[in-house]
Amino acid sequence: MTCEGYFGEFGGQYIPEVLMPAIDELKEAYSELKDDEEFQNELSYYLKNYAGRETPLYYAENLTKKLGGAKIYLKREDLLHGGAHKTNNTIGQALLAKRMGKTRIIAETGAGQHGVGTSMAGALFGLETEIFMGRLDTERQQPNVFRMKLLGAKVTPVDTGSKVLKDAVNEAMRNWTATFENTHYLIGTVMGPHPFPTIVRDFQSVIGKEVKKQIMEQEGRLPDHLVACIGGGSNALGLFHAFIQDKDVRMVGIEAAGKGLNTSLHGASISKGKKGVLHGMLSYFLQDEDGQIEEAYSISAGLDYPGIGPEHAYLHDSGRAEYASATDDQALNAFMELTRSEGIIPALESSHAVAYAIENAGNMDKDEIMVINLSGRGDKDLNTVIDIMQKRGM
Amino acid sequence: MNKPVLVSFLVSGDPNPDATLKFMKALDKYSGVIELGIPFSDPVADGPTIQAADVRALSNGFKIAKSFEVLKEFRKESDTPVILMTYYNPVFKRGIETFVMQAKEAGANGLIIVDLPLQEATEYREICKKHEMGTVFLAAPNTPEERLKISDEASTEFLYLISTFGITGARESFEQMTFDFIKRARTTCKGKICVGFGISKGSHAESLIEQGADGVIVGSAFVDIIKNYGDSEEALVKLEELAKELSEGIEKGYEKRNK
Ligand SMILES: Cc1ncc(COP(=O)(O)O)c(C=O)c1O
Repeated sequence: MTCEGYFGEFGGQYIPEVLMPAIDELKEAYSELKDDEEFQNELSYYLKNYAGRETPLYYAENLTKKLGGAKIYLKREDLLHGGAHKTNNTIGQALLAKRMGKTRIIAETGAGQHGVGTSMAGALFGLETEIFMGRLDTERQQPNVFRMKLLGAKVTPVDTGSKVLKDAVNEAMRNWTATFENTHYLIGTVMGPHPFPTIVRDFQSVIGKEVKKQIMEQEGRLPDHLVACIGGGSNALGLFHAFIQDKDVRMVGIEAAGKGLNTSLHGASISKGKKGVLHGMLSYFLQDEDGQIEEAYSISAGLDYPGIGPEHAYLHDSGRAEYASATDDQALNAFMELTRSEGIIPALESSHAVAYAIENAGNMDKDEIMVINLSGRGDKDLNTVIDIMQKRGM
Repeated sequence: MNKPVLVSFLVSGDPNPDATLKFMKALDKYSGVIELGIPFSDPVADGPTIQAADVRALSNGFKIAKSFEVLKEFRKESDTPVILMTYYNPVFKRGIETFVMQAKEAGANGLIIVDLPLQEATEYREICKKHEMGTVFLAAPNTPEERLKISDEASTEFLYLISTFGITGARESFEQMTFDFIKRARTTCKGKICVGFGISKGSHAESLIEQGADGVIVGSAFVDIIKNYGDSEEALVKLEELAKELSEGIEKGYEKRNK
């Protein structure tokens, strides 16, 4: 029996036996549709006319001047319908689910952006939708919970484990095990058993393709640095993928350092994790010596996953991409900075990528170009930020 | 195991290691095989009952080494085959070979790794073979014929038939699908076949054995007793009562089958 879906030694299909036929079905359906012109046209139609692609590549002149180094461009995924890059993938997978004859979609969500994206796609394509979300995340991402419900989805809070993203994934997998005959599990990031990491990456890679075209138009050359935050890694791979062969383009993923990498409260699975197997894949995970998975933490619900997609693990080990991190405080500071200097309120997730620019752009040459993926907008995070500002008496 | 058997599942360390040893001894009388679960933080193939047991064990500070110790103690008194059940990460983290050697030394007869499907299990199977450690793979009602055959060949102790789609947890009744699956496996497989997921009563065991299974695997029903009665004498009594009921069901099913 041959193994499939590996990026170097990472990836694979570590799943309970019951799911094998469902995974095989998905793999076959996707390999057919990937090159199906009609399917791709339909996808492009919805991405353009429904979701609002292409998104702008915006030169952040004020921020650039303030930092005094590299020219900073923002890829405005925050302007995509739904408020984050997640929509690229949910429309793609919902179309795929329809083509497979499924009538129901389920998803896990942390920040709620993927839940919102899935609920929108469910409404659009007439698919029954159920979203699993850790109880703690339902509390800190109230506006998104409300959106999902408005969109007609059932939101199921998960009370097991640490009540966050990882536990929502567990619940969604359990549900899928019992329902796959009519249900597609619409995974929200580049993780899970093969073929999910590839499917999600393909649907997100539209981001980098557009950036490539846009930066050639605006600057006449490729960027020097690509920067994106990392939860599971989908917005980052979406940005990176079109540039992997362009060896002069640096790719930097920013993990959540939470309260600091030297504390136990962070979500930095590459910097601090070890190789392991969870949720169907071999990758890097936060875990103890016994292989028990540890809880991740971040101020941003979308980054507190204790693992990372297998293709990132491979890009890291092969040295093609670099991985750094930003703390809660650095992200908050970046959140304020971008809001004040450009009038753009970024998601707390994306703020981690902006924090990298704030730390590093000043040390770069003025003719260097940095593209930051602004993966989402910050409306959903206002409660979190207001709470913190009030506590600090600001 | 020529006559059909009861395979009794417990989570080691639930609610504490000493209790697990007592429970194993109590179930031993009626069990042909004991399946000892090693708690995992993210047991995605398990239902709420076993997941909660894993949490109880882990939050009491349970470590994998303790599972081996419990088994060593049990071995001082019993030769009943013990199969360790776990998820792949604890095995992978220790190193497959180290894990297998430690399990062997503790007295395990075989391993079940619920999220290690055949196509990922090549190295694991080689290591198990080298150390004469038994392997058990799973098959589901939707497992295609060819894969069912390979799973059967890869399973040295028995093939674990999952009664239905979904996760572990006690259920009220069994569907025709389960009976059809047993019949299909009976004709396809050369080795032993045991059915698990959802079995909680003597009558369940009776009907599944009658259909041709070599054993029934019971987990959540035992774990429910431990949840309700904890580390008490009453728990022991209830566990034995249920094991007795199940083995009587097995006996009856076997008689009916041979009529
Ligand atoms: C706005 C935003 N950015 C980033 C992420 C992180 O996910 P990924 O790493 O898959 O892009 C999320 C996830 O919820 C998100 O909502």
